[in-house]
Amino acid sequence: MSTPETRSAAAADPILVPPGDKEILSPGHDAASVTKRIAMIPEGRTPIWMFGVFAVSFSLVGLLLTAITYLVFKGTGIWGLNIPVAWGFAIINLVWWIGIGHAGTLISAILLLLNQDWRNSINRFAEAMTLFAVACAVMFPLLHTGRPWVAAYWLLPYPNTMMLWPNFRSPLMWDVFAISTYGTVSLLFWYVGLVPDLGTMRNRAKKLWLKRLYGVLCMGWRGSARHWHHYEMAYLLLAGLSTPLVLSVHSIISFDFSVSQLPGWHTTIFPPYFVAGAVFAGFAMVMLVAIPVRKLYGLEDMLTSRHLQNMAKVTLVTGLIVCYGYLCEFIYAYYSGNPYERFVVGENRPFGPYNWAWLSLVFCNFLAIQPLWFKKVRQSVVALWIISFIISIGMWLERFVIVVMSLHRDFLPSSWDRYAGTFWDWALYLGTIGFFFSLMFLFIRFVPMIPMSEIKILLPEAKVKGGSHH
Amino acid sequence: MAQIFGPSSNIYSKLSIVLAALLAGGGVTLVMAFERSPYKTNENVIYTQPIKFSHDHHTAAMGIDCRYCHYTVERSRSANIPPTELCMNCHSQIWADSPMLEPVRASYRNNEPIEWNRVHDLPDYVYFDHSIHVAKGVACFSCHGDVNEMPLIKRGASLQMSWCLDCHRDPTPNLRPPSEVTNFRWEPPEDAGDEYYAHLAAEANLADRQRLFSCSTCHR
Repeated sequence: MSTPETRSAAAADPILVPPGDKEILSPGHDAASVTKRIAMIPEGRTPIWMFGVFAVSFSLVGLLLTAITYLVFKGTGIWGLNIPVAWGFAIINLVWWIGIGHAGTLISAILLLLNQDWRNSINRFAEAMTLFAVACAVMFPLLHTGRPWVAAYWLLPYPNTMMLWPNFRSPLMWDVFAISTYGTVSLLFWYVGLVPDLGTMRNRAKKLWLKRLYGVLCMGWRGSARHWHHYEMAYLLLAGLSTPLVLSVHSIISFDFSVSQLPGWHTTIFPPYFVAGAVFAGFAMVMLVAIPVRKLYGLEDMLTSRHLQNMAKVTLVTGLIVCYGYLCEFIYAYYSGNPYERFVVGENRPFGPYNWAWLSLVFCNFLAIQPLWFKKVRQSVVALWIISFIISIGMWLERFVIVVMSLHRDFLPSSWDRYAGTFWDWALYLGTIGFFFSLMFLFIRFVPMIPMSEIKILLPEAKVKGGSHH
Repeated sequence: MAQIFGPSSNIYSKLSIVLAALLAGGGVTLVMAFERSPYKTNENVIYTQPIKFSHDHHTAAMGIDCRYCHYTVERSRSANIPPTELCMNCHSQIWADSPMLEPVRASYRNNEPIEWNRVHDLPDYVYFDHSIHVAKGVACFSCHGDVNEMPLIKRGASLQMSWCLDCHRDPTPNLRPPSEVTNFRWEPPEDAGDEYYAHLAAEANLADRQRLFSCSTCHR
């Protein structure tokens, strides 16, 4: 343990000892300073900037509620859907949001099993993003029924008075299971990880009601060896449960398209290409949120340059897999010899009326990530933030290209039509973005966003004893 | 530092787990039970009518066939509500001065139909046809219950889709010779076995069951 003097100096401002390029935690930290640094965010006063950003995101929640109310009142006719483009913003946004959630699960589960200890600083943050992204995503399939309150009894299989079961052969039914499993396991995983930190918060709380609240939330956590033993076993098991979900959820989402017979959808590359796209979009979103938060709260000593560089590398790799998927689609279309598929993929995408979407997609998801090959770019927070932003747009465009561009050119030219989102389409989409960020800001404000207990594993004193908690 | 929770908290925390499970399970059970109960389905619920018309009296006691009043049942989707004129066939002579029947006479005088409350009302997205059911030998009794014993008419069944499907998946137990559909006292012959019902099903041309529970049979 460090001496009292060094501890107080470090706790006062650990960033005085800035982390090196390869370090995942500032060397000035010890157990006390870690706790203090993280716990002071939920314990302290609300920073001024938080009011500003929350005002913006919460007004978008107002827009969301307005859009939902009007939708329930009028029906889905207020959206831009038509025949042949009967799937539009709702499915685009569902896939986009579910994809964004995938970084959290990957960081939490797969990186834990792979012993990547840099994940310890960002897992809770990314996992909270997963939860909120899933919350945004599920709104779309529920709302697109036009009667969200009855969707529950249409979607779930249970012995009902209609003596009817959902169609188990439909990928839309598989979605219900995939997404609900994903949401449940993610919530459990996130909450179980939070328990020791809630115990710490209880111990630090000054007011009795706050102590009681944290005491209930941490379920009587005492931090005994037995508690830790059970906790780590539970955490590991949940990681094991989550790991297949990283791959399965977006594979099943991709079946919505690939199981159907439509040119532009019916390809076997879809599951891996969607999973890579999900992780790609997810990491971009983690960086998009983490970079400003890290700056505003001065957390550069815990979310170090090494974290951002690692995330940039994952983004680059998954981005290249996605681009490989784009390439495969063209090869498949050519090799299929099917004139419809050749037209939809090979002709309509680069030269059709929506070619601006496809060209922007190539820019966002292929050209814009190429700078990530260079270390200088990966070290620049500004560059990373801009690239993350571009990727987030690019991944939305990707779903637009897949959904709308495949549908609007039907087999019969007489059925061809154009599609555009209406005001209410956009209102609902922007509304969910506001909802996501509102939840994110509430999380940052009230919950320890970096796991104190897991950061302490990274401290030198945890390693001297020869064993880590893993 | 004093403890923030007393010793009783242990029992509360354990109880809360049991309670949460019970509440969740009980809530679902309650909703599902309510869905199937007469509160929701109106099964066996008596509907108030402008006139206290007794089916019991007219059919069981007087021996009037259902089809005397509901005369379109064999030819039409709807088993008609009889017009006032039909009531007056008898009631211009019998009980012609009864105060109970004043609304009937008023209706006749003013040429305004009596507004009965519909008891068996299917949703608009269901295509239902009385004539085909009667022609195949499904009795009035099978859906409407013991109308001959109802002084005031009540709903004879839940009219839920599962109830429709019960019969559509296997109609044989509800079949009888088409000539007996309105006979509430009909009993199958003593020696009626599977063969008897198979014969009825064959007569009714119901060998192809698939046709009976295809979606578009009822939802057109």
